[in-house]
Amino acid sequence: MQLEAMYQEVILDHYRNPHNKGLREPYEGEAHHVNPTCGDEVTLRVHLDGAGQDATVADVSYDAMGCSISQASASVMTELIIGKPVKEAMAIGDEFLALMQSRGEGEPNEDVLEDAVAFTGVSKYPARIKCALLAWMAWKDATARALGEAS
Amino acid sequence: MSLLPEELKKDFPLLSRTVRGGRDLVYLDSGATSQKPVQVLDAEREFYERHNAAPHRGAHLLAEEATEAYESARTRIATFIGGVPGEIVFTKNATEGINLVAYALSNAATFGAEAERFKVGPGDEIVVTEMEHHANLVPWQQLCQRTGATLRWFGLTDEGRLDLDELDTIINERTRLVALTHQSNVLGTVPPVQRIAARAREVGALVLLDAAQSVPHQPVDVRELGADFLVFSGHKMLGPTGIGVLWGRRELLEAMPPFITGGSMIEVVRMEGSTFMPPPQRFEAGVPMTAQAIGLGAACDYLSELGMDRVAAHEEALTAYSLERLGEIPGVRIIGPRSTEARGGAVSFTVDDIHPHDVGQVLDELGVAIRVGHHCAWPICRRFGIPATTRATFYVYNDLADVDALAEGVRKAQKFFGTA
Repeated sequence: MQLEAMYQEVILDHYRNPHNKGLREPYEGEAHHVNPTCGDEVTLRVHLDGAGQDATVADVSYDAMGCSISQASASVMTELIIGKPVKEAMAIGDEFLALMQSRGEGEPNEDVLEDAVAFTGVSKYPARIKCALLAWMAWKDATARALGEAS
Repeated sequence: MSLLPEELKKDFPLLSRTVRGGRDLVYLDSGATSQKPVQVLDAEREFYERHNAAPHRGAHLLAEEATEAYESARTRIATFIGGVPGEIVFTKNATEGINLVAYALSNAATFGAEAERFKVGPGDEIVVTEMEHHANLVPWQQLCQRTGATLRWFGLTDEGRLDLDELDTIINERTRLVALTHQSNVLGTVPPVQRIAARAREVGALVLLDAAQSVPHQPVDVRELGADFLVFSGHKMLGPTGIGVLWGRRELLEAMPPFITGGSMIEVVRMEGSTFMPPPQRFEAGVPMTAQAIGLGAACDYLSELGMDRVAAHEEALTAYSLERLGEIPGVRIIGPRSTEARGGAVSFTVDDIHPHDVGQVLDELGVAIRVGHHCAWPICRRFGIPATTRATFYVYNDLADVDALAEGVRKAQKFFGTA
């Protein structure tokens, strides 16, 4: 079965015990994203240290409802980006996006993505890519708001 | 137990393919779209190979044949639902049929005296239900927004039935139109349409039925339902995509303003303005979906040959069996009626501690195609406090073994995610 390839132990662990979950103060940017095909939702807050291009991700907190892939992805993401400069966190996000768009052909960069390489198998299933990306998209949006870039 | 002969599966070429590592396909997603028998595919192909031309235009032989084939399909489809051809408007799908009526209502404001009866505005009310597909909810929300009318709705009981305690209050003298499903695509519920239509009639309100999930699965006679309009889609009843039907009472269609305008729906065109054809042509602008209408005609023939009573009995047997097989699995909760009483064949359920997307993934791996999500009826999920459901739907080509595969797959999902 391909299921084990998709539902790596790392994913199931984060799903059962999500890290950094719950909405916290303070925050400068908040975004609410949904996956309209399945109804999965995430509300995500970003707290930054510093300003502009030199800012650091001080905290990412979230409240989410959805499948194992979307929940685990949110948890893994927070672990990856909290404490990192915004610039670097954005680069990690881009790397993850590229992996998700690779249709299972991507060579994941483990140095950059760490636990997030576990989602490689998800990229073979077009219907699930959005699940893995939901929290990342919300984070990008919330960060843009925190930086005052949002339209 | 009254099941259709298993040989009919051979009429559906797609059902013999394999999926995900060579597994047999178990298709339990006909509520989304049905598979097509060779009889339908052949009818479309034959039209393109032998008779293709634009109907209702031109005087050459092919145009004559195309017109005849198109209109013959209309007649057979009308007969299939107990109507007459002049009351059958071809649309893209059920969604477009509903939009056609919703826009006719707002266009009535500028269409002169004959359309007066369709006018809606501030103080008027449109009534829907909490179990509507988005296709029968959003167009009415939008109509209310355009016209200043108020949207009201019937809520649901815990069993997934319409809560009609306030029938006489919710449908009242201000009600202009009641739009409701004839069979819920999520819960399977068949509401008491005649009772609701009778109340609507008392207050002079129009009734539109979303029959996208009923016409494919049970005998439907438009004369018995008390509705003014009824819509359905071809692709959910063995027919092609891109073809749907709006049935409407003739006198209403005759007074209704058009929705989509253009060629072939006109009577006289001058630079200053135009007049329009009588229905159904008034509502069929542009070269129509001819091959698709012919395909749907063939689908009606196919279903008539099986007999819609037998189709309904077949699906009732499958529904009863799946309610039983799924119901006995610990952790499975059926969302909707637990008996086949006033119920169609959409069986939605949740599995404790496993998100429907994950249930669906395991089933897909086993070759079982079901639907996960909110099934374009998000308010139902909100009503039951769940993010989404897993849904199985049945059709003529399904059998008891398909239900067994589903139940077995759900148990495998529980095992995989360690919840059972």
